[in-house]
This record gives sequence, C-alpha cells and structure tokens, in this order.
Amino acid sequence: MASIKIENVQKAFGKTIAVDQLNLEIKDGEFFTFLGPSGCGKTTTLRMIAGFYYPTKGVVRFGDKDMTRVPPEKRNTGMVFQNYALFPHMTVFENAAFGLRVRKVPGAELKKRVQDVLQKVRLDQYSDRQVSQLSGGQQQRVALARALVIEPEILLLDEPLSNLDAKLRDEMRSEILRLQREYKITTIYVTHDQAEALSMSDRIAVFNYGVCHQVGTPSDIYNAPVNDFVAGFIGESNLLPARVEDMNQEKLSVGLVDSSNEMRLVVHNNPLNVKGDLTIGDSGLVTSIRPEAITVHRNDTGGENVFKGSVERVEFFGSTINVSARINQVLLQANMLNNGAGGFKVGEDVWVELPAAHIRVLPVVSGDSL
Amino acid sequence: MMKNREHRLTFFLLIPVVLVLVAYVLYPSLRTFFESLQSDGGLTLSNYQDFFSQESKTNLEALWNSVYISVLSVVASGLIGIPLALIFNRYQFPGRGLFATAAIMPIVLPSLVGVMAFMFLYGESGLIPNLVKDLFGLKEVPFQIGGVSGILIVHAYTMYVYFYMMVSAAIGKIDPSLEEAASNLGASKFKVFWKVTFPLMTPAIVGASLLVFMISMASFSAPFLLAGGYRVLSLQIYFSKINGDMEIAATQSVILSVVSIGFLLLMRWYQNRKDYRMASKGIGAHRSEVKNPVMKWVMAAVGVIGVIILLLPHFTILLLSLVPDGTWTFQTYPSTFNFENFRLLFEDPNIFKPLKNSLVLAVIATAGNLVFGVIASYVLVKRKFVGKSFIDILVMIPWALPATVIGMNLVFAFNEKSIFSFGQILVGTFWILPLAYFIRHIPLVVRSTNAVLEQLDDSIEEASRSLGAKWFYTFRKVILPIIMPGVLSGTLLAFVESVGEFPTSVLLYTISNRPISIEIMNQLRMFNMGQAAAYGMIQITLIALVLLISNKFFGVKAERSLT
Repeated sequence: MASIKIENVQKAFGKTIAVDQLNLEIKDGEFFTFLGPSGCGKTTTLRMIAGFYYPTKGVVRFGDKDMTRVPPEKRNTGMVFQNYALFPHMTVFENAAFGLRVRKVPGAELKKRVQDVLQKVRLDQYSDRQVSQLSGGQQQRVALARALVIEPEILLLDEPLSNLDAKLRDEMRSEILRLQREYKITTIYVTHDQAEALSMSDRIAVFNYGVCHQVGTPSDIYNAPVNDFVAGFIGESNLLPARVEDMNQEKLSVGLVDSSNEMRLVVHNNPLNVKGDLTIGDSGLVTSIRPEAITVHRNDTGGENVFKGSVERVEFFGSTINVSARINQVLLQANMLNNGAGGFKVGEDVWVELPAAHIRVLPVVSGDSL
Repeated sequence: MMKNREHRLTFFLLIPVVLVLVAYVLYPSLRTFFESLQSDGGLTLSNYQDFFSQESKTNLEALWNSVYISVLSVVASGLIGIPLALIFNRYQFPGRGLFATAAIMPIVLPSLVGVMAFMFLYGESGLIPNLVKDLFGLKEVPFQIGGVSGILIVHAYTMYVYFYMMVSAAIGKIDPSLEEAASNLGASKFKVFWKVTFPLMTPAIVGASLLVFMISMASFSAPFLLAGGYRVLSLQIYFSKINGDMEIAATQSVILSVVSIGFLLLMRWYQNRKDYRMASKGIGAHRSEVKNPVMKWVMAAVGVIGVIILLLPHFTILLLSLVPDGTWTFQTYPSTFNFENFRLLFEDPNIFKPLKNSLVLAVIATAGNLVFGVIASYVLVKRKFVGKSFIDILVMIPWALPATVIGMNLVFAFNEKSIFSFGQILVGTFWILPLAYFIRHIPLVVRSTNAVLEQLDDSIEEASRSLGAKWFYTFRKVILPIIMPGVLSGTLLAFVESVGEFPTSVLLYTISNRPISIEIMNQLRMFNMGQAAAYGMIQITLIALVLLISNKFFGVKAERSLT
C-alpha cells in the first residue's frame, strides 16, 4: 500500500510534450481514475508510474520514496494492460504464478497463493487451461489475478475494459471494484469512458492535451466542472459562449454571444456557479447548463430565464425524452423524464426554463469543444 | 538511471551484432571492391575499363546473357505462377488442396539436385525424350534441353514458386467485400478483375518479378551444369577464380553485386511506395465452387497432370538413387533397382564422409545463425538506437549478394591474416565453409525471427518487467519461448539450405572437408548417377522433413521466409 505523489512532472517525446506540469497526489487505498480522450496523456502518466517511461522533468514518489528512476521490475506495481498481455505460452496458473516465481516464492506457498487469487477472480476451475482457450472476460480476470497475486503496492489498470462487450464490461466493472475494496489497494484506472470513471472512482483526474484540468470526486467533476472542456467532456452540456453584461453581489447577467445580445441569463454570483473573478464586459466565457436541468413548458410560466422558442427535434429514449428547442439562433437541449404526459411535436411553440441555480459560467480553455 | 540502463543493454546487445556484420559482411565486400581496383600494383579503374571494352567482349557478353536469361526467367515464372495462384486461391474443385501443396514442391529440390534431375529427365540421354522416341519409333530423340533453354526451363520450374507464393499471399489478403462492393456498384466480372483484383495483386507481382530477377542473376547451379559454352556472369566469376585471374574475378563480382543490390533497392523502394493495407481484419477464404461438372473435372485432370510434371524431378532422383552404379550403362532404361546406393552411403566411410561433413558444417553454421539471428532481430525490432537502418541494410546484404560473390568476398578477405579471423588464414581451413554458410543465411534467420518478434506485443515484455522480472529473465522465460517456433522454423530452413549449399562450397571447399554438393558434382563427373542421386535423396528428405515439422509442430509456413 502506498500513496503516490507526482510533482511537476513533464514528459516530452522529442519535441512533442505528452504531459506537462502535472501535480497529483493519490491517497493510500484510493481508487483514482485518469479520464480523458485518446492522446491526452493519461496512459503516458500511468506508464511513468509503472516505470516504462521516465519523466523529462519532475519527481514520482510512492509514499516518501523517490521512484522517478527506479526500473519497472523494482517498483512492485501490478499492471493490467489494455490487451491483457498474457503470456501465450503459459497456462492460467503459470501466468498467475509468474510474479511469484520471479520473487522465488517457495513451491507450496506459491501454489497456495496462486490458488487463492484464482479463486478470488473465480477462475480456480480453469487453472490448467491455456490462456488462448479463455474468453475475453476470463483473460481479463487472469490479468487481474496475475497483477494482484504479487501483492503490489499499487494496481495500475490501463483501459482494462475497452476490449470487452457491453455486458461483460458491467460485470468486470463490479468485479474490479470488489477486488479493489477487498485488497484495499491503491489503484489507478485509465479510461476514456466517463461512465466507468464516474461510477467506479473515489476521485478522477480529467486530462486533455497533456494537461490535467481538474481533480475531484465524481460529483465534483460532474456538478462543478472548472472549465468548458471538463463540462463538455463529462456528460452532456449546453455550452453557450457568453459575456458578462451586468453584475452585483448576488447576481450576474450574461449575454449569449450567439444571440446578438437578445438573450440574457441571470446567474447566481457565487463560487459554485461562477468560476473565477469576473468583471463587467468579460468575454471568452461559456455558460454551461446540463440538459436535465432544463425544463420545457407548453405555456408561458413567466419568471427568471424563461424564453420562448420552438421545438426542432424530439428523441424518445423511453425513460427520458430529449427535446431540442431553438430560441432565436440558440439551440438548447433539454432532457426530461418521461412522465407519460405525451411528447412534444416538432415546430410546436414552447417556453424553455433555465434555472439560475444550475447555470455555470466557466472559462474557455479549448477552442474545439464548442 | 533507468534510461541509461536500457541504453547500456541495447549497446551491449549491439556490440556482437555490429562486430559480426562488419567483420564478415562489410569488410569482405570492401576487400573485393579494393581488389577490383588493383592493377599493376596501383589503384586504377583499368579493370573496369577492360570489363567494358575488352576486345573479345566475353565479360560484356556474359553480363548481357545474365540479364537476358533473367528477364526471360521472370516472364516464364510469372506466366506459370500467377495463373496457378489465381486458380488455386479462387476456385474450389476436387483435389485443390493437394495441388496447392504440390505447387510449392520445387522448393523441396536443392538447386544442384534439381538441375541433375532435369538432366536425367530431359537431357540428351534423358528418360522423357527417349521414352517419346521409343513410343513413336523415332530415330533420334525429339527434343533435349541444354544451354539457354535448359537453364530457362530449370529457372521457370524452380522460380515460379516465388510468384505463386507471393501472389497467393496477396490474393489471400484481398478482402472479398472489395470485389463484392465493385459488383454491387455495377462492375462486370471482367471489370472487377482488371479494376480491383489485379491492381491489388500488382505489388506482389512486381515484388516477385524483382526477386526472381535477382535470384536468376545469381543462379549458379543451373548454368554450371547446363550452360555448355554459354557464358553468364555468375559462372564467369568462378572461371576467373579457377584461372587465377583474381582481379578480374573481383571486378566481375563487383559488377554483379551492383546489379543485384540495385534491384534490392528498387524492390524496397517499390514496396514502401505501394503497400496496400487492407482496412478490414480477419478475412476468410473466399473460393467459388466450380459448378460446371465438365469444367470441374477438366481442372482436376489438368491439376493431376501438373502435379505429375512438378513431382517428376523428385521421382527421378528417387528412381536413380535406387539404380546401383554400373548396372545402367548402355541401356536406354535402368533395369536393376535396390538400396545398394543407400547401403554404401551409410556403410562406406568414404561415401558417408561428405554427408557427415555437410551435416557438421551446417550444424555449426546454423547454431551461429540461431544465436546471431535472435540477438540481431531482437535489437532491430524491439530496441531503439541510432543507425538502425544501416544495420538493417547490412543484415540484408548477404541476401542481395549472389552466392558466388559471397564466396569471392571470403576468398579476398580471408586468404590473408586479418584481425577478424584472429590472425589466421581461413581460406583452405575447415572454418571457411561454416563461415560462408553462416553469412549466406543471416538474412533468412533474421527475417523469420523479425516476423515473429513484430507479432509480439511490447506489452508482453512490459508485463513481465512490471511483475518484477529483470530483462534477462524476461528474455529467457517469456520472449524466447514465444518466438521459438518461428525462429526454429527459419533456422531449420537455413540448416537444410546449408547442407545443400553449392556455389560458395565450390569456391571454398577443401578436399578433406568436401561437402555433399561437391561430392554430387564429383560423382556426376564419374557418371555415378546412382550415388549422386542417393545424396540428393537425403537432401530432399531433410528439406521435406523440415517443412513438415515447421508446419505441423510450429504452425509456421517456413517456405514463406524464402520470399
């Protein structure tokens, strides 16, 4: 068991900087996820922790030990690879036993420990099989067993579920969580799948273009994203370019840039809804509001942030209904629970309500997410 | 520091690789080049002037003949190999699998033994011409091979396999849905073939053409036994050496090398330019059943006849090996058959000795190939370092160089003391032949090892390291066991090729250490056909065994590494 500290780490490949100015602290026993699109630097960071890459700048510590330049075989990390990397010439048992053989664990103990771990991953029936005879989910469990049996200080999982089909993925997700809780092992999980990240993690680090944008619990990340990238990448969000038109201690009035200033939103002026210090006239901002926060009415209900528009598209998902409504030039997506009242029709006039408490004003960091 | 540790490892692995390549590939080649510039004690280009302006024009004529034969060999091989590949990969008919296997049988014939078989089959006193003569009551044999036609027929027979294998592989990689897409868009069958299938096959066809051209330029055994007075460059080198005209031999070697390496570079350039990667994965075989019953059996019958023609040389060697020497002299056909030749081979120490020599030499050379091949290939595929493409080229040079040139290179490099031979003169000693065989087969073993190492995902090695295994442990317990089947099949192929190696042997052998191919040549000169054929049979059996073992036990198509 160990905590991990990543201090000012940079990794460059030639002139390309894959990871820059990274500072992370992962607590002992935590399930920590690196989340981001492909090429964002999350796997590079994981490989620096595993010891396959070594940082161009900065320090990696396990506990207080400087591990920056320790070779991978001396780190005592258990790694599960995206393609599992099972040894094709060995049986399930031999694969799992590999790390113990390297550590020269005596025969009887080795056998017991391997059997234990295979039982934990529910593969004790399969110990004499060749790995090629196993299904994807079973191979995945061998890879897990192989990493766990050496009692690593840190468990590293590199997109372990990406090669599995949807049903198995759900099953393995709970399997991994169960094992992690059982072994109480510090775990780093790399994924580009936000559902996996949100449902499994204690904390998440969101990466893009080699930069870590936000670290926080799943609900932090979802409810209080720090910028437009995080807001757009995690879940769905209506991201609208905005400018501060007026403000006081309690409220903010923002004009939506696309609507030629016809649409103004009232936003609560507090740290939960506004990121950073703003003054009147500030632009380069977005307002972010989740589709599920928006309500669509058939009549004019009056009040704050209610706008008249018309329905442009309706998508029926069963439990929920997506309604896209256009207000002037602004297209808003609303996601409402199906209450059985019957759907909206395309072209119908509606009143769209954007509750001020759910609107966030965020800085823009990525040009392409809008 | 980790990075330094990894760099140090790469460096230590590179040292032996670079040393061997420089000492036994680069240095001998340069030595030959240097020799070709020597004339009257000074460095001049006069040898090259002589080559191109000599009054008798023998050298120019030989160069021209080599090119001429090579072009014709490419055409003839292509005309046989491409249609066969299309038929066997596109149509399903009775016996297809058997014919497809038989189609690579010419590879099972070592070059010298193959030429011998053709002489007995189609030569002046050959079985087939005489059979035709007797059947139709002719006064003279209706046809016989020899000279250019003989060389060409032997080339076509052995080299069409390259077209067959490379085009087959290309066809196998064509996703059937591409053709279906073309049909779906309204193209006729004819149009689909010319606009989709054929263009996708062209890289393989061009690749095979260049390869056959190279092999044909380097061909030694066929001209050696069949050329008569016809001059080709590879043979001229041998004659120059025998006559002691070493500077001329060097000049001829350099010119032949330039042509060969030129073609190698052309081939690489073309392959890099035209590499169609199929987007789709997991393509299944896609053969249309021949429905017309007449057509079906016509194809099967043609197939059977084809197989008979293809296997006739093998049977001829078998037949001859069963004819005791001295029982077939003036008769048209042999009459006595027994195992006398094989009994003698294993009982008479004088007759057994060449076989033993060849096996010993090949074992030594191949052991070297195995160790060198694995290290070189691992460094080339899995490690990063500056100058990799240079090492890559050095590894491929022995493949591009004609065997005769490799032999000459060794003559020039090691007929004097040098640091690379530990201050010894190697020419005339036991060690020169294993060295020659080793050099000849460096590319074969490295390439077949590369193929398996490239398949091996880097994460396998990383998984082992992260589980606590050091590099050497990982290499022994994880990498080696996984790649061994592929490596062994390449190595076994190198072994049997070494056993049969003729061109370098004839330049470098010593009487006390003569290998099987030299003995075959001697026996042929003494008209001991039976004994020569018995040696040949041993080689055929060895090669067949190796291909079988590779296929059955290693699951590797060893013959693929020949192309």
